Amino acid sequence: MEAVTDNLDLYWSGFLRSLGICLWAMVGSLALGTVIAACRVSPVPALQGFGAAWVTLLRNCPLTVVLFFVAFGLPELGINASYYVFGVGALILYTSAFVCEALRAGINSVSAGQAEAARAIGLTFTQSLSTVVLPQAFRSSVPPVGSVIIAMFKNSAVVGAFGVGRDLYSLSERLTSSQGLSFIPVLTGVAIGYLVITLSAGAILALVERKVAIAR
Amino acid sequence: MSTSVLYDAPGPRARRRSRIGTAIALLVLGTLVMLAVLRLVDRGQFDYELWAPWIDPSTDEFPLVWGLVGDGLRATLVAAALAIAFSLVVGVALGTARMMLGRAGRVPVIAFIELFRGLPVVITLVIVWRFFEELDLDISALPGEDGLWYVVIGLTLYNSVIIAEILRAGVASLPRGQGEAAMAVGMTRWQVMRTVLLPQAFRVMLPALVSQLVVILKDTSLAALLAFYTELLRRGNLIAQNLDNPIQSLFVVGSIFILINYALSRVAVWLERRLSRSRGSDAAVKAAEQAVPAT
Amino acid sequence: MRTRHTSRTRAAVVGAALALTLAACGGGSDDTPDVEVAESPEFEAGTTMAEIAERGTMTIGTKFDQPGFGLLNLEDVPEGFDVEVAKIIAGAMGVAEDDITWEETPSDIREQVIEDGAVDMVVATYTINEERAERITFAGPYYVAGQMLMVNADNEDITSPEDLASNPDAKVCSVTGSTPAENIQQYLANPDQLVLFDVYDKCADALSNGQVDVVTTDNVILAGFVSESDGEFKLVGEQFTEEPYGIGIEKGDVAFCEFINETLQENEDAYLEAWEATAGQVEGAETPELPEPAPCA
Repeated sequence: MEAVTDNLDLYWSGFLRSLGICLWAMVGSLALGTVIAACRVSPVPALQGFGAAWVTLLRNCPLTVVLFFVAFGLPELGINASYYVFGVGALILYTSAFVCEALRAGINSVSAGQAEAARAIGLTFTQSLSTVVLPQAFRSSVPPVGSVIIAMFKNSAVVGAFGVGRDLYSLSERLTSSQGLSFIPVLTGVAIGYLVITLSAGAILALVERKVAIAR
Repeated sequence: MSTSVLYDAPGPRARRRSRIGTAIALLVLGTLVMLAVLRLVDRGQFDYELWAPWIDPSTDEFPLVWGLVGDGLRATLVAAALAIAFSLVVGVALGTARMMLGRAGRVPVIAFIELFRGLPVVITLVIVWRFFEELDLDISALPGEDGLWYVVIGLTLYNSVIIAEILRAGVASLPRGQGEAAMAVGMTRWQVMRTVLLPQAFRVMLPALVSQLVVILKDTSLAALLAFYTELLRRGNLIAQNLDNPIQSLFVVGSIFILINYALSRVAVWLERRLSRSRGSDAAVKAAEQAVPAT
Repeated sequence: MRTRHTSRTRAAVVGAALALTLAACGGGSDDTPDVEVAESPEFEAGTTMAEIAERGTMTIGTKFDQPGFGLLNLEDVPEGFDVEVAKIIAGAMGVAEDDITWEETPSDIREQVIEDGAVDMVVATYTINEERAERITFAGPYYVAGQMLMVNADNEDITSPEDLASNPDAKVCSVTGSTPAENIQQYLANPDQLVLFDVYDKCADALSNGQVDVVTTDNVILAGFVSESDGEFKLVGEQFTEEPYGIGIEKGDVAFCEFINETLQENEDAYLEAWEATAGQVEGAETPELPEPAPCA
């Protein structure tokens, strides 16, 4: 285990870097996913089509390919940024499609009778949305959206593997291939780092789920 | 969308507004796409030489690159098919063990599940690859190249755990009366599981399994990052290095992935509809689907 | 640029009837020099050479993604200088091109595959250094590369590695786990300056689209990009390292090592021809002299 203990500072910075990628991508993909979901459920056909195309393309494309097109396609369009930003950006684009679908599943899980009843007692459109439909949709979206975010945390390792992260994953590559350290301790350290992130995220999600759970 | 819970069927005014909205949206999107295309033309990304090997059958490269892409696609499909088959077997074993074993026996199963569910797939792949290389474990007796089995084993470790969880959700979503009735007629716990619960859970799992195949297909491409198995994406990368057209080659490869995965996800949706129509098991299907998101 | 493969491909498509004729011609491709294949060479019993000659086949490790040295071409065969050098050595043991199995050996598994005996030798832009020599034996060197910097033609700020520290915003691109990537780190003001990809092609693209300012690796690889870029890129400064490329074989196989060194010395013409046909096609690439072999250990 010397490989881990000797390089503890490297592990720590790699861990923080990975955590940073995860958190930025979480905020970004929740925001973008909500926008795309709003497009998909909007009454405007063009927006619906846009949302559907977005989801279809990104959900069926490997993250590695999305990463490539962000890192090498955007500069061709004249958009330059650091590779860290591109890495997080690609993760956000990819995850937004899954967040959108999880949110939509939440909205669809609210039965039409709820909205009909709300209108029947005279609530306006805004009232029925804000007091009846969306609160229920939001609560039933929590478990699927949470799972999507945890899956995204795991996908963040791909950003490092692509070469743009300098996170936990890249660290393992650096220690084993350039410095020739034995892989078992190095990768054990990296694996523990990721498990800390995903398992604690899972625990937090379980807590939140219990809080917002609704019996149907 | 007439059944949307969010709003009523639109009236004339709403329809007019929607038309205006569509016009604006199309204008904005169209302008963005135009700008992007112009910029790419400017950067020479639409130059004929870059695309010719992929689209012009009269070039010498055309049959070669499509042949190589065919090889890559076959490699991807073989790895994915083996991975889903093994995942299914191991996953059902794990899931059943988790449900049937006593408290003490369950601990290692749960630990295994949580470990591989919590690790990024790419890390699992590296671990499998380096582990086999380092310990010099001989898998050359298995058909195919070694790299294939690193992919298959790595993806099986991750996906079997997911399938175990889908199975558990499927069984949990069955009405409790099913198990109770079987117990009441004198079946053992194992008989109940094998003859009553699992068969029903399998039906329920089917759409989730097909969705999981999409995940596996996408994950095979992680091998391209580690460069130990020449599947579709790595083929694309190697071709791009020969032709010096990475954007064009990756565009082709990406499109192939999207087409296949889209077709598969349509199959999953179709299965789901059929199953929930034929049986009142809509909730069960949903539960199995949501056990794990197909990212 | 790749059309030189054409005739070979068509020939391959013609069918099985012609296959025999082709085999009779040695099956050599028209773009690389035909390598002399020794007929039933004699070796001392028990040596690696005797074993290989007896077997009549070889498994050789090389890179599949290193243009100029070892790159899998569109016919699914690796081509490049490393590949040609390997063919010369194989030929001296009576192993023809068609009897060679090429194994892809990326940087981080090279020692491993040699130790495991998965390959007979590794010719894969393999820099000789002490760490590696503890696990395997190096024959050669057969080529000495030197690390350089490549920048955009209009870049006046960077003329040597020392300028990297004074331009802390400048980004340098190299390949993950490679020796150049390790070497350059001492010149950087901060680790954020370094960008690492899996292959140098991506670095060249990143330089072209302005994402990085410098690409660094061995001179001949950079020269390849410069000549392909139509004046977009240029090399700056001097070589600041010396990277002798060796041929990796099993640790302690001195007889095999000496045989490889002798073979290269005896086939200097074939060596130079191999260079001209591969890495040497790059404009501005200097034809190397065959370096004096290091003592085998």
